[in-house]
Amino acid sequence: MDQDISITFPHVLIFFPLVAGLITFFFKKDATVKSWALFSSVITLCVSLGSIYYANNKALSGLTFNYEWLKYIGASFSVSLDGMGRILTLLTAISFPVIFVATYKSQYKNTNSFYGLLLLTQAGLMGVFLASDALLFYFFWELAIIPVYFLCSKWGGDKRIQATFKFFIYTFTGSLLMLVGIIYIYLQTAATQDATGKIISAHSFAINYFYAAQLTADQQSWLFWLFFIAFAIKMPVFPFHTWQPDTYEQSPSAVTMVLSGVMVKMGLFGVVRWLLPMFPLAVAKFDTTVIILSVIGIVYASLLAIKQDDLKRLVAYSSIAHIGLMSATIFTTKQIGLEGVMIQMFNHGINIIGLWIVIEMIERQLGVRKISQLSGIAHKAPVLTIMLVVIGFANIALPLTNAFVGEFMMFSGLFQFNGWIATVALVSIILAAVYTLTMVQKVFYGQVNALTTNMKEISVNEQVALSIIVVAIFLSGIYPQPLFDLTKDTVTGIITRFK
Amino acid sequence: MNAIILTAVWGIVMMFGGAFFKQKSTPKYWAIAGLILAIIANCAEVYMQKPMVAIELKGMLDFTSFNLTFITIVLVCTLLLFLLNGRDIEKVGNNVSEYFALIFFVLCGVSIAATYNTLLTLFLGIEILSIPLYILTGSDKRNLKSNEAALKYFLMGSFSTGILLMGIAFIYGGNTGTPTFYINNINLGTGKLPVMLAIGLVFLLIAMVFKVSAAPFHFWAPDVYDGAPTVFTSFMATIVKAGGFIAFIRLFEHAFGTAQQQWQILIAIITAATLLIGNLTAVFQQSVKRMLAYSSIAQAGFMLLAIFAINQFAKEGIILYTAAYSLATIGLFAILIKMSDYTIDGFNGLAKQQPVLAITATIFLLSLTGVPLTAGFQAKLFMLMAAVNDGRQIWLVVFAVLCAAISAYYYFKIIQAIYFKENTSAVNQQWDITPAFKTLLIITAGLVIIIGIWPSVIIDWLYY
Repeated sequence: MDQDISITFPHVLIFFPLVAGLITFFFKKDATVKSWALFSSVITLCVSLGSIYYANNKALSGLTFNYEWLKYIGASFSVSLDGMGRILTLLTAISFPVIFVATYKSQYKNTNSFYGLLLLTQAGLMGVFLASDALLFYFFWELAIIPVYFLCSKWGGDKRIQATFKFFIYTFTGSLLMLVGIIYIYLQTAATQDATGKIISAHSFAINYFYAAQLTADQQSWLFWLFFIAFAIKMPVFPFHTWQPDTYEQSPSAVTMVLSGVMVKMGLFGVVRWLLPMFPLAVAKFDTTVIILSVIGIVYASLLAIKQDDLKRLVAYSSIAHIGLMSATIFTTKQIGLEGVMIQMFNHGINIIGLWIVIEMIERQLGVRKISQLSGIAHKAPVLTIMLVVIGFANIALPLTNAFVGEFMMFSGLFQFNGWIATVALVSIILAAVYTLTMVQKVFYGQVNALTTNMKEISVNEQVALSIIVVAIFLSGIYPQPLFDLTKDTVTGIITRFK
Repeated sequence: MNAIILTAVWGIVMMFGGAFFKQKSTPKYWAIAGLILAIIANCAEVYMQKPMVAIELKGMLDFTSFNLTFITIVLVCTLLLFLLNGRDIEKVGNNVSEYFALIFFVLCGVSIAATYNTLLTLFLGIEILSIPLYILTGSDKRNLKSNEAALKYFLMGSFSTGILLMGIAFIYGGNTGTPTFYINNINLGTGKLPVMLAIGLVFLLIAMVFKVSAAPFHFWAPDVYDGAPTVFTSFMATIVKAGGFIAFIRLFEHAFGTAQQQWQILIAIITAATLLIGNLTAVFQQSVKRMLAYSSIAQAGFMLLAIFAINQFAKEGIILYTAAYSLATIGLFAILIKMSDYTIDGFNGLAKQQPVLAITATIFLLSLTGVPLTAGFQAKLFMLMAAVNDGRQIWLVVFAVLCAAISAYYYFKIIQAIYFKENTSAVNQQWDITPAFKTLLIITAGLVIIIGIWPSVIIDWLYY
């Protein structure tokens, strides 16, 4: 049996960050480590852009890869880049260089381990978004957490160990429940055969076998929850969100950016890639329950965000609200809503990383992130303020910013599902305006106080990082069509399963 | 067959050699040489499909690739133990040669317990495996805890042996056909069990559950594991326990397989209780040695899933589990033995002082937790597949994974101590560590990861 061993885009996207990360551990000098990390992440970005160009222009042969890994149980190293995979790998690929540039001046002890672990996280995330084999998906799903666990526990704030531990136990429990679900479905799949019709293994972990598994409505009902809890913890959806504000607050900024910008997308991705297509009957049964949970989460998190005094916690709750909206929309299974979710997954990542960068810059210079202690930064750092205002507008989803398109479409989807629920969810936009604008007003405008007189304008590399984000915000706000084209195949594929 | 003969002969050689060995380190080299010989002989038997000396056994032992692979794993793990902690065995007492001899006898017992075909050879195997252990437990003669542990183990072990024999007698006498000891001829039927057979089955179940330290007959384990010298704890908690399991699964597959409906719920309850007690108690331990004792009970709970299900996945799984769990636990104990402080705080700041020990310990702990890329994950995956495939008690599977999540709590407490806490103790620890020791640890950790990525390196041997 000859197996295809050519190098494909998915390969590079997974293994390049992995190898680069492992190499990073061996560098001694901090400067070398930082330049290497930045360099390798830029290469990954180029590859990701290349894969999108390639997909639009040539045949699709370089985008999938299949290697029979554990033949006797029907698991394979099978990766593919479809629309959703492309948009999320692109998000992963963009985030890391931006994060590296923005935190270039931040000092971390044991720089080589820090950056090495970050690159390993990137490899794990890429794997999650690319895997088209359930066991492989589970592998990467768990592996993406392990470096983050070490990053947060080692370099975070005072209460980092407890906060990270809570996060880890939560997600580990969720993933193990999902593993039971995966095994159960695996045992319902058909036997795999080779070209000659000979049976290789009695069952298969491949995604198309999973989609084809014949599950009764009762089986779907309980399997749905095994998977949903794992994804809901990751997103997080109310009431599984309690780990999130603590973890975001305690993690070092670079890791918080990865967590909130990219990692939470794993949960949404999991729902769209695995849960919806496998359990259409259960989704039809439980959609209202999940949507109501999500909407409760939106309103609850938005209200809490208004009360926060810590900038990091404010952004954390704001993120719960945004993710809640996406998860509610996904479960409506409406075409327009899903398309909105696709681009919003990308845009939310960009916006929230922008917010974290601004917070990181304030905290690095002044050593505090309490809203009540900050005031009048605009007088000292006008460029930073302009950038923040743009990102803040995107966070409220004003027209012309990237989030407007996505949120508009998501609300359209929600309205098609149920007008009352959509109306309640709409409150979140008003609340988002309240907490974002209050924060901007208090922190950036007003009188300069004793603390903020020391504030200086941000440096060039930080301006570059923020400019990339601001440009991305306007680009996809004014001309989002390329992003729609990118994800069209995924959305259509899912909608057809519900007809 | 080769392994049984060689380990028995080598045990005797080691015992009498004690009178002639001049230096204290000589027995170790002899023992290592003997083990390597046994491994080669055993692999040769797998390869050639027949033993070196033909002995008429009347079918009382059964040498399949599956059984022989299990013996190979056990021998290789023991070899790793000797190589890693040979010097620590020398430190236990003056009768170094005897300790090695006793370990060889245990290995002989394990080999018989893995290949028995009649209830008599089962009894023989279990006894040969147990009696040397009572002595090894008490080998730290001046330590009261060691003495107490040995006495406790001996008394409890004797009871369980008695119950085992009684069970054998009931099964023999109550057999529906002609009375027989051959496990393949025991016929329990598929309907309701006659009283005699039911009692026999329950007695055998109790004896086996005692040997693998599963609840509710686990009370001896923490005290014995804690009291015994740490090197021997490492041996007992891994290799001997695996031997117990292989005997257990053989008995219930071949002898009682037809009546699975009758006993399955019993095993399910025992499994759930073992998982719960092992994990919950481990959470509260301050001493790492004691924690590993409870964790070994918890891991036994996971292995019991194989006996619960008894299917293809279960049999492959128990082999993988043996390898994964033994490698990780032996590695962890090897590191623990080198520490002066056995509490979790003793691990504080290990990453700074001994980076190699820290990273390997982390890999072993991740494997015990069952994180992907490590052997522990593959082992747990197979166990869960076995239990789900059986399909009768899905609640047990969900319960098992929730318990695995609890286990992450106490395993990660050690990882936290290693990496994220500062060493504040005033005592400056002297490290008695050679480069060879470090290399071996890295090799062991490498094996854990290789099995984690390609479990076929072991599973292929089962069907050689």
